[in-house]
Amino acid sequence: MNYLLQRLLSAIPVLLGITIIVFFIISLIPGDPATAILGSYATPENVKLLNEQLGLDKGLVQRYFIWLGNLVQGDLGRSFALNRPVLDEILERFNATLILSGTAFILCSVVGVLIGTISAFKQYTITDKIITFTVLTGISLPSFFLGMMMILLFAVNLQWLPVSGMYAIYGGGDFLDLIHHLIMPAIALALVATGVVARITRNSVLEILRQDYIRTARAKGVREGNVLFKHVLRIAIVTILPILGLQAGFVLSGSVFIEIVFQWPGVGRMLVDAILKRDILLVQGGVMFVAACYVLFNIAVDLLQRYLDPRIK
Amino acid sequence: MINFLKLISRNKLALFGGILLVIIFVVSFLSPLLPLKDPDVIKTSDRFLLPFSEGYLLGTDHLGRDLLSRLLWGTRLSLLVGISAALISATIGSILGTIAGFYGNKTDNVIMRIIDVLMAFPYILLALAIVAVLGPGLFNAMIAVALVNIPFFARNIRGVTVTIANKEFIDAARLSGMSNFKIIIYEIFPNILPVIVVTISTTVGWMILETAGLSFLGLGSQPPQADLGSMLGEGRSALIVNPHTSYVPGAMIFLIVIAVNLFGDGIRDALDPRLSKGELVKPQPVTQIKSNGNVENKSNSFLSVKNLTTAFEFDNKLHLASKDVSFDIKKGECLGLIGESGSGKSVTALSITCLVASPPGVIVNGSVKFQGDDILKMNYEQIRELRGNKISYIFQDPLSTLHPLIKIGKQLEEAFIEHNHQKNKEATLKGKELLKLVQIPNIENVWNSYPHELSGGMRQRVSIAMALTNDPELIIADEPTTALDVTVQAQILSLLDTLRKERGLSVLFISHDFGVVSQICDRVIVMYGGQIVEEGKTENIMSKPRHPYTSQLMECVPHIGFGKRKLPTILGSPPLIIYKKEIGCSFASRCLFKKDNCLNEDIKIVRKGDSEVRCLYPHE
Repeated sequence: MNYLLQRLLSAIPVLLGITIIVFFIISLIPGDPATAILGSYATPENVKLLNEQLGLDKGLVQRYFIWLGNLVQGDLGRSFALNRPVLDEILERFNATLILSGTAFILCSVVGVLIGTISAFKQYTITDKIITFTVLTGISLPSFFLGMMMILLFAVNLQWLPVSGMYAIYGGGDFLDLIHHLIMPAIALALVATGVVARITRNSVLEILRQDYIRTARAKGVREGNVLFKHVLRIAIVTILPILGLQAGFVLSGSVFIEIVFQWPGVGRMLVDAILKRDILLVQGGVMFVAACYVLFNIAVDLLQRYLDPRIK
Repeated sequence: MINFLKLISRNKLALFGGILLVIIFVVSFLSPLLPLKDPDVIKTSDRFLLPFSEGYLLGTDHLGRDLLSRLLWGTRLSLLVGISAALISATIGSILGTIAGFYGNKTDNVIMRIIDVLMAFPYILLALAIVAVLGPGLFNAMIAVALVNIPFFARNIRGVTVTIANKEFIDAARLSGMSNFKIIIYEIFPNILPVIVVTISTTVGWMILETAGLSFLGLGSQPPQADLGSMLGEGRSALIVNPHTSYVPGAMIFLIVIAVNLFGDGIRDALDPRLSKGELVKPQPVTQIKSNGNVENKSNSFLSVKNLTTAFEFDNKLHLASKDVSFDIKKGECLGLIGESGSGKSVTALSITCLVASPPGVIVNGSVKFQGDDILKMNYEQIRELRGNKISYIFQDPLSTLHPLIKIGKQLEEAFIEHNHQKNKEATLKGKELLKLVQIPNIENVWNSYPHELSGGMRQRVSIAMALTNDPELIIADEPTTALDVTVQAQILSLLDTLRKERGLSVLFISHDFGVVSQICDRVIVMYGGQIVEEGKTENIMSKPRHPYTSQLMECVPHIGFGKRKLPTILGSPPLIIYKKEIGCSFASRCLFKKDNCLNEDIKIVRKGDSEVRCLYPHE
């Protein structure tokens, strides 16, 4: 409990750093937001007025603190393209991203660790070779290309799954419908991460198998299956956990592409649209929000790591 | 460099990747010279022609442009941009990492905190933010990808620099008056270069993919200029009706990335010496046995080891670790096995139940008869039935030989459950009873502890309890007291001695310490260079060692109460690897009594009374 508090406090500098980077990168954007909002026919008086309203007549540092103050209160400003509060839009979109990335993350962790372990335990057999080859192919496939090919095969040709979207337009909306729509994007998103996790798991299992305590288990006459599940995996999970934390970042990143390919109504697609429309506050808020979630997620991974490995004290 | 190329070419997949990469490079960079159609010429009458149409090998896109030409030009662009991004971020990242690692302290702190914050972003978010600032465009996308990957390089390089900066040769350079800048350029840089190369080779594929991704989103290259990503993006709008406009660029991205990955893995393996030694090969549950012919073993002893020869195989060459080791152990007897590290004693002990990690371990010859059955002829299941049941082990350092993440209680129960198919309840009872037997106070506490929470002596008591779980008949103790301090050592020894006498256990006790062996063993075997050089009753060997090695070894034991004297050492060092071809006495080079004929032939072990010695001129 004490540690949880400590860990949360230590995240504050990182979060502050993120706000600084986000704010100052975004304020480097050339051009005058007021002109962008009002259009090129705006009178100079109107531009000046809007600039005052937006607080843009103040200095950069002062503006940062005003922005930060608003941020802490949950006010990320208004999206001018959508004409609604940025936070509302993000929260609505984030739900969809969370469903997609969360599923993909669970898929890549479970499947990656599983096939990595099998591959190590059956090293140099045909199973290992098939897994190694599939993994190599998997991590070399751009997820957006894979997604497109999946659409062609499973949605267009075989017609097993819907082409895109999160729910069917007519009569959809229930859980089964969501699953139906989720299968392809989640798999396309998970594939690369699964490959990476499988590779690292395989190596780390092979390394663990050389440890003295595994020899002890064998000297006790423990069956190979139990050596694997009770002794090797117990350690492997602890060593792989930080890698899984990193993969969460890759999955979140990849979701931008997958959301575009599958028309998934998530934050990633929102961000790309916002950049193309130069909807600066939405970009700023979106990046800030997702980065903060990622930081919190990694704290959770740390805590889990501590729980699973009693040696860390 | 030639060595490096050799290593890579030995790895067939890496070679394949390398060749594929070279082909893609050459063809795409020659594209301005090839007789291709102009990639940007629009011919709407020829829209969406399929591959292998007349005049268009790969067909045309939605504007009737030649896909082959666009593909090659696009590949060229993607490669250029991806590699440039890799080089930019490698350069900046390495400089930052080197500075942070070399100067340390505040510089390190400031740089690494910034890097930490940058790493807190999922990479694409940062790239998107940067593109948002700079505006869409291929050059800007490249800058974004390069910037996003800087933290990764900086972190890796910093780590290596810190290790190198603390080495002696850097201190020496400093003392010789070199400036920091010169040290970094001439001493540090050559040493971190391999790491930089490996990091580039493993990330360049990502960076090509990332720039392609940004272009795919419409944030990279702008029409009419097209890299592979934007070609794929354009293809997507015609995906369902004209998929060939998608899979042509998509397949090319895949080929490039897989080639880079294969080649990159090859580079990493070639530069990572750990892998070439074959340490990352799964050890088999039993040692590989490549016995050349049967060893006749008619002994009816409780345990009879005959001509046991174990080797390690590296690069298809066998390096013998123990050679023709033969001994018997009677029921209830404690046999000591003594020798320096590398003498083959532990390998012999592990070979008895085929526990030598394999690869690289191989049992080349021999017979191990336990209660009449040859273990080396058993299958895995039979051997497993023996292990931890009739024959159990106590290992040297229980901190590394006990599982670090499993509670003591669970580890104690395990051998019981595996061999008796009984419920946990009985196993728990048995386990606690054993803890009591090895005189552990507050059993409940220890039961729920992890190994790292106990003291060294406690841990070793736990290992002994674990070895006793299934009432074994033979215990093989491999230096069980070496990691302990002297008082604890004495406690553990007397505990072992009492237990074995109470239970009539046979013990094979391995040690490098004559003092320890003399306290507990009935008989002693001395090993040197993988061979037994002397065998006999403990008191005889202690009082009248016959082999020069044994006597010299005993000289090295300090005696309390015998006044001041200089502790002698044996000059030279023991042979580390024994090749089959070497003949003569292996101790000859260090022996004080060597004569000319000691190296002429292999020395046979000669029995005299109840002792044996392998020496032409033993002390009498």
